[in-house]
Amino acid sequence: MSKLYTGAEIVFKCLEDQDVEYIFGYPGGAVLPIYDELKNHSTIKHILVRHEQGAGHAAEGYARSSGKPGVVLVTSGPGATNVVTALTDAYMDSVPLVCISGQVPTHLIGTDAFQECDTTGITRPCTKHNWLVKDIKDLSKVMNEAFKVATTGRPGPVLIDIPKDIQFAKANYTKIKKEKKLNGKLKNKFSDKEIDQFINLLLKAKKPVVYTGGGVINSGPEASESLKEFVRLIGFPITSTLQGLGAFPGDDNQFIGMLGMHGTYEANNAMHDCDLLINIGARFDDRITGKIDEFSPKSKKVHIDIDPSSINKIIKVDLAIVGDVNEVIKSTIKKIKKKQNGLKDSNKQRISKWWEQIQKWRTKDSLGFINSDKEIKPQHAVKRLYELTKNQDTFITTEVGQHQMWAAQHYKFNKPNRWMTSGGLGTMGYGLPAAVGVQIAHPDKLVIDIAGEASVLMTMQEMSTAVQYNLPIKIFILNNQYMGMVRQWQELLHEKNYSESYSEALPDFVKLAEAYGCKGIKADNPDELDDKIKEMIDYKGPVIFDCHVDPNENCFPMIPSGKPHNQMILGPNDKDENKITGKGKSLV
Amino acid sequence: MSSPKSAYSTPTKKGKLDTHIFVVWVDNEAGVLARVVGLFSGRGYNIESLAVAEVDAAKNISRITIVTTGTPQVIDQIKLQLKKLVPVHKVADFKREDKKVIFKEMALLKIVAQKKKIEKCLKECKKFNPVILDKTSKSIVVQITALRREIDKMSKKLKPYGLTSTSRTGAIAMTRGADTFK
Repeated sequence: MSKLYTGAEIVFKCLEDQDVEYIFGYPGGAVLPIYDELKNHSTIKHILVRHEQGAGHAAEGYARSSGKPGVVLVTSGPGATNVVTALTDAYMDSVPLVCISGQVPTHLIGTDAFQECDTTGITRPCTKHNWLVKDIKDLSKVMNEAFKVATTGRPGPVLIDIPKDIQFAKANYTKIKKEKKLNGKLKNKFSDKEIDQFINLLLKAKKPVVYTGGGVINSGPEASESLKEFVRLIGFPITSTLQGLGAFPGDDNQFIGMLGMHGTYEANNAMHDCDLLINIGARFDDRITGKIDEFSPKSKKVHIDIDPSSINKIIKVDLAIVGDVNEVIKSTIKKIKKKQNGLKDSNKQRISKWWEQIQKWRTKDSLGFINSDKEIKPQHAVKRLYELTKNQDTFITTEVGQHQMWAAQHYKFNKPNRWMTSGGLGTMGYGLPAAVGVQIAHPDKLVIDIAGEASVLMTMQEMSTAVQYNLPIKIFILNNQYMGMVRQWQELLHEKNYSESYSEALPDFVKLAEAYGCKGIKADNPDELDDKIKEMIDYKGPVIFDCHVDPNENCFPMIPSGKPHNQMILGPNDKDENKITGKGKSLV
Repeated sequence: MSSPKSAYSTPTKKGKLDTHIFVVWVDNEAGVLARVVGLFSGRGYNIESLAVAEVDAAKNISRITIVTTGTPQVIDQIKLQLKKLVPVHKVADFKREDKKVIFKEMALLKIVAQKKKIEKCLKECKKFNPVILDKTSKSIVVQITALRREIDKMSKKLKPYGLTSTSRTGAIAMTRGADTFK
């Protein structure tokens, strides 16, 4: 008879089979057998966080920057409930996570035992799938299936709930071979005919725009290369969602900036006026579409996505191609090259007027702002940060709010997997622990969390993790003392009633940094900004950078609610805007 | 209703609602019904009726039949979302008006009344394959199978004759002819 292994051993054997190098976790009663086993597996390193939510976000940062699934290990009850925010975040942004949670022994399930909760019940709507392992014989199969579900098709989080007695119980372990497809949920379904139809539309378009999303990033770095080749081949303008930034170089002339609520004037107008809209790996989120009835009214729409349920969910499309982004683009390029040798030139002619129009929109300079030599403008701070870090391979995470939008607008990404932000769920407190995970995956790279002072306080305790593992993350706080985006909405939508959006009694972030054992830097003068940013970059260790910025700055441009893309509010630089400010406010 | 102070978009006008019957083949495992039902409640889909039971013990397959209403877009979404669930094998979706599909519901009716009234009840039930499951001098339990609206009508009609209790199943469905749904 073959050797029997305990449940805890089987967990690690499966993790080894999946080449897992890091687990982010926090111990507790119901996972102690697994923690006890940790010492016997030297290839797997455990990163001890300070709160389970931090473990989840760190695993997300790890997954999004490395392309590998993030693994989380938490205990039952509060351990599991604390990780729910991170699981939901990963679900909304399609990040592959495998979360292992301890559970009370099977005979105590349902008795309201100490630290018991219905973990699979609670996490059912925020995972792709979850399992409660009640029989040790199922454990290895479930573990392997979990990795497969998390990483295939549209990626997402999964959870395995393992009762304590199962961790002690013994069973055989057989290494599971590559097996059959899972209920047909992962295959590329697109056909040659669809690619032909797609190319036909490409050839007819006079005012096309490519709109890419996180699906390109999730399809792997190769997809970004294919996208670049494809977009250069067809010569169309390209815009990107928040999650898709970096798939196409942000400083390329064909890139017309991010679209959506805080997207550029040229990108949103192109979306509204185009006659062909090519959605690659994006999902028509409400922050993108604005008013559905008036969304891109004159265009034929093509949607390329791996998830069939994303097709026609919000916007009806004329051609849907269900498949992996990279596969679809590669097939299209191949066909174009085979058939249409002169495509590039003929295309250029046909869409030259469209490009002229886009150039006109560009002259609005919708991301412009009025700089100051007295106060640091937040946009200026992000721009300087970009200029001073663009010569090295930099990874940016963010929290959620104004600073996140400014980062998206003013930091230019040239490579995929360099930009980690909570888009779908909009989780304040995401950026700091995510930076921890990114730095774990890329120990020698520069990792910066562009943060707001309100967001970062939600998970500030993870600085302690960064110090413990000597992770030189840089927390660049745009400190305006307000929950900036809340304040902005209150100014524009609620007659400047700044209800509870001002944080009195903020900590002294420099002293806080010192208390954690890292470096604190404070800047409140534009003259000293560059030097201090350089000081931050050069410091070999974690830094909290407290950048005091103009507290009244708003994030523009902005599409007001219930408005189509061509009715944006522009920033203070725009003269027309100044005239309609009063009316514009009543519109939103 | 449009709210001028919302940062979210206003809802667009609703399309025409259709009634559809979904048949879902799933692995018969713990929590599978919660996954299906949770999908409906979580995404705001409507469930008019639900019937579920294991149909293949060897393969461990259960068949769930759900009657729901929605715009064509919502119906499409329900189908695609159901297909994404890991334990779901296949999903069939029929319009209620579909002539190629048989829909049936079963009801148990308890009538407490004098003999004469009970006989009248049975006469009314005749069209719906009545089976007498229990009989005493004062009461009767009768099983009928029919469409939902027919059973609705019957319960209304039989009230004056002493119908005291009704127990009904959700609708189940089967295609006509030799073909099976693949």
